[in-house]
Amino acid sequence: MEWNFDPFSNNSFNHYGNNPINASHSAGGIIQRTQSPKVWGGTTLGVVYQDGVMLAADTLGSWGQLARYRKEERLYPVGNFTAIAYAGDMSDFQYTKHMLDSLMIKEYYINDDHVLSTPHVYEYLSRVMYHRRTKMDPLWNTFIVGGYNNGERFLGYVDLLGTTYQSSAISTGLGAYYAQPILRKAVEGREGLLTEAEAIELLNSCMRVLFYRDCKVINSIQRAKVTAAGVEITEPYSVSSEWGFGEGVRGFGSQKQ
Amino acid sequence: MSSIGTGYDLSVSTYSPDGRVFQVEYAAKAVDNSGTVIGLRVPEGIVLAVEKLVQSKLLVPKSNRSIQTVDTHIGVATAGLLADGRHIVNRARDEAESYRDIYRVPISGKMIADRVGHYVQIYTLYSSVRPFGASAIIGTFDLDGPQLYMIEPSGVYWGYHGCAIGKGKQVAKTEIEKLNLDKLSIVDAVKQAARIIYAVHDEAKDKEFELELSWVTAQNKRHEFVPADLAAEAERLAKESLNEEMEDD
Amino acid sequence: MKSITPPSNNKGLYIGVLFRNQYDNDICTWSPQGRIHQIEYALEAVKQGSAAVGLRSKTHAILLVLKRSSGDLSSYQKKIIKIDDHIGIAIAGLTSDARVLSNFMRTQAMRSKMLFNRPLPVYRIVSAIGDKAQTNTQHYGGRPYGVGLLIVGYDEKGPHLYEFAPSGNFFEYYAMSIGARSQSAKTYLEKHYESFADATLDELVRHGLHALRDTLQQDKEIDTQNCSVGVVGEDQKFETIEGDRLQRYLDLLDGGDTGQGGETVESMDTE
Repeated sequence: MEWNFDPFSNNSFNHYGNNPINASHSAGGIIQRTQSPKVWGGTTLGVVYQDGVMLAADTLGSWGQLARYRKEERLYPVGNFTAIAYAGDMSDFQYTKHMLDSLMIKEYYINDDHVLSTPHVYEYLSRVMYHRRTKMDPLWNTFIVGGYNNGERFLGYVDLLGTTYQSSAISTGLGAYYAQPILRKAVEGREGLLTEAEAIELLNSCMRVLFYRDCKVINSIQRAKVTAAGVEITEPYSVSSEWGFGEGVRGFGSQKQ
Repeated sequence: MSSIGTGYDLSVSTYSPDGRVFQVEYAAKAVDNSGTVIGLRVPEGIVLAVEKLVQSKLLVPKSNRSIQTVDTHIGVATAGLLADGRHIVNRARDEAESYRDIYRVPISGKMIADRVGHYVQIYTLYSSVRPFGASAIIGTFDLDGPQLYMIEPSGVYWGYHGCAIGKGKQVAKTEIEKLNLDKLSIVDAVKQAARIIYAVHDEAKDKEFELELSWVTAQNKRHEFVPADLAAEAERLAKESLNEEMEDD
Repeated sequence: MKSITPPSNNKGLYIGVLFRNQYDNDICTWSPQGRIHQIEYALEAVKQGSAAVGLRSKTHAILLVLKRSSGDLSSYQKKIIKIDDHIGIAIAGLTSDARVLSNFMRTQAMRSKMLFNRPLPVYRIVSAIGDKAQTNTQHYGGRPYGVGLLIVGYDEKGPHLYEFAPSGNFFEYYAMSIGARSQSAKTYLEKHYESFADATLDELVRHGLHALRDTLQQDKEIDTQNCSVGVVGEDQKFETIEGDRLQRYLDLLDGGDTGQGGETVESMDTE
């Protein structure tokens, strides 16, 4: 989902009419919180496959229409067998990262051999998100939580409303429109069959589609995979893209009227 | 040893005529009565070792740990009242967390020792509380390398190359002074720590004990229990050296 | 983080009054030997309560208690409290203090379910009450809890048994007993604990009942009225077995007059 987040304007009008929380009232003694995300991460994708789960995101932090931070890592490990991907406000995500880090330090020092597994991390994050929404002060993010624990794959979604669902293919941002059908077609019913190579190719092709169509996606992406071996996050890389057809498009490149 | 100050030793907010606070001295006695705890600082890290006296054979071995973790890079071993030790450790955890919340970096050894030392000291000021009956040895690895501190019930703290508290502290200190800590490898430090704990254990007075060993190494800067195989090796060597000593006698 | 703003006390008033032992009157006075007598007295309060026994196998952890009634017209005082589906406690000492602690434990257990959708690991609930109890031993004007607990639970790491004491100390045991004449039960447990690990639930209960019986006064016997058993284990939620349902287990007891007549003899034959 997209919300109006033009940092250059103080106008709270929502072009899409889908602003979830009408928190712009300052009358009536209601405290007005920061309700407009500034630096924004867009699309994230998540699928389950044979060996675990795989997440993908580009590395762009947009400032309005400006592609301002181009090496922003939007995938993050939580403990040894969980990874999260965020869309939405960058600073809220940084806050969330710190919160989860603190949580994992507590788990570490208790030292009773119990591991906070992915469903537990997901539940915790969901509770925090819902709690913040009820305070009318949401963390402006959409998270995909993926993990692999004791042979169980886990993939879940939670957003700034505290909405949660679990599925074998999840996407956020414009990816929810462009990539979701592709992911579902490839994954649903084939969760145990999809190989790692197929999953990588699937995510790459979706990111390629998004790079073409979503002006807030850049061609620098990262993948995270969570398997029995743990969390592995790739360095940023690019997918191949084809712009040769531009030659035939009027108004594009060097071609004159 | 300290004398008993009649009438002037009932409250921590009372000085004796010669300027002593007896209640703090008495609290320190609780530490002197406990199992021996030592800490070693070598270039590659910190080793903590505890002589955990086992009161009953019904206890589950390896549970009831007396070395605890405060933050990923900080370990604390306490001697004295167990519950007081846990209180100190919990405060240290709060301090480490709040430091991270503010500065977004792990707390340094000096800072954690200072903050916890201050907290312990507060309990020596007011008649409405009692001083802690526990001392804490803090081992950590920060930007300046390995750090070893010890906090006493009075709240005083110093940095150490090696330190010891509890029943066997005198013997342990003598043994530690013989070590060349600046040259010792971390693995050798573990073995020496185990040897010293075995050497100070008084079989006549205390029957059973369990050796607890933990470290913070330069390698990953995390406080962990010493891996089982190395701990077993260190314990075997410690027993061996003890037997040799007895044969020499 | 809390800072300490201590209330003043009137301890000064006591000084000069002649006491048998001047170091044992409040919780924040150390004796010259490095002891706190008030904590040690609180530990004595546990022994005022009737006995409780706990033991564990590889699959189960159980509690057994001896209940008291104040007279023929009163019921027996409950001594086993369920905390969560996977945790239960047995108490010895001040019942009202136990209710405060069990309330707190239930809150902690619910918190874990709410926040993480995870049954709280047993060690964590025990350390929570241990830390809570410690603060009661350090501040003037209060007193330590006057109750001891045996805590059994089953979590991802299997069955556990802990003892909690008013000092704030807690330990994990293979088997343990607390309360009046618990030393007799301890002696039994120390003799047999090595066989508990592989015991079946029935065997475990039988051992527990034997240990519990050893704490009885000469002319007393355990029966369905004065005894309760708490059980938790693999695929078994914590439950308290008492009343008629207990008869089956009492029948397992051997070598003693359980006061159950022919039935006991019969089960002895089948054993």
